[in-house]
Amino acid sequence: MLNFLWPIFIIVSFIYGFMSGNTDKINNSIFESTQDAVQLSITLLGTICLWNGIMEIATKTSLVNKLTKILYPLIRFLFPEIKKESSVNKEIAMNMITNILGLGNAATPIGLKVMKSLQKENDKKDTISNSMAMFIVINTASLQLIPTTVIAIRNSLGAKNPTGIIFPVWFATICAAITAIFITKICIKRSK
Amino acid sequence: MKFINYFSSSVMPLILLLIIVYGLIEKNKVFDIFLEGAKEGLNIVLKIFPTLIGLFLAIGLLRSSGILELIINVLSPVLSILKIPSEIMPLAMLRPISGSASIAVATDIMKNYGVDSNIGLIASTIMGSTETTLYTIAIYTGCVGIKNTRFVLLAALGADIIGIIASVLIWNILEF
Repeated sequence: MLNFLWPIFIIVSFIYGFMSGNTDKINNSIFESTQDAVQLSITLLGTICLWNGIMEIATKTSLVNKLTKILYPLIRFLFPEIKKESSVNKEIAMNMITNILGLGNAATPIGLKVMKSLQKENDKKDTISNSMAMFIVINTASLQLIPTTVIAIRNSLGAKNPTGIIFPVWFATICAAITAIFITKICIKRSK
Repeated sequence: MKFINYFSSSVMPLILLLIIVYGLIEKNKVFDIFLEGAKEGLNIVLKIFPTLIGLFLAIGLLRSSGILELIINVLSPVLSILKIPSEIMPLAMLRPISGSASIAVATDIMKNYGVDSNIGLIASTIMGSTETTLYTIAIYTGCVGIKNTRFVLLAALGADIIGIIASVLIWNILEF
């Protein structure tokens, strides 16, 4: 995907930038983007190491087993190819919980861990497996109980009712998630 | 509002505490286990770092060259068929590619049109119900070296579009 999109993004930007005389801005953005990437990585380094460690403890306790049991029917439906006894089930359950609670900082590290575990069971290492595809797609759908970032922004702008968007957000997220799951299921069926 | 603030700031500490206490009750060597996991985290960051540099460079160029604005202007009439107000377009286009840029644009929209206006409410709902799709796909596949992502981008963008349309739709229903 990015082998195709990445050069297009860059080439098109350069051509248009030169034509419209935005060369200064382009020049600056080259340096800024590498700095941004470094800054984000440093932030990620802390949270990813922390949550990876905490997750390691969590998977050794019965707490996560209980959660996984509750969520198992859903996991089974979304990921029919994952074996029942696989420990990936636990990691997926944790990822779902952290996503729903809006803990993006925790959900991403756990999600990356899930990807690593799924890669072990993947036959073609450079191609995404069905389970991986479904996992990424439900993560981009961002099911979230309380959209904290937006509420914070709304609050700072003096909204009458900063939290008034919660129900509409649920409606939109659920529509998006159902679409995501539906398209993915169809694509998986058709690729067989 | 108070309750939600309280709730959202206390979930993370509570989960941390719960996991560690549970680990202790079940007689695990919690710190040793923690270190094992944390070490693994280092590898993950190393693996996604190159992806981040590449992605940020491309997105930065798209924004600074001004081409993104051009694309938004060109696509606006097409997408207005879907009843998406044109004021929302920059946000709808930016949301899947850049998290920080879309927060900036959404804040701007809310300021200009009013947080509690129809446009402001739609913008808030879009921000809350969608993710930075391209970034998520890039780091999730980048950390395990996946090159061929098959239909994932299509499915995720399809979901984004439905999410945006649903955000517009729900406010049109609620307001009338």
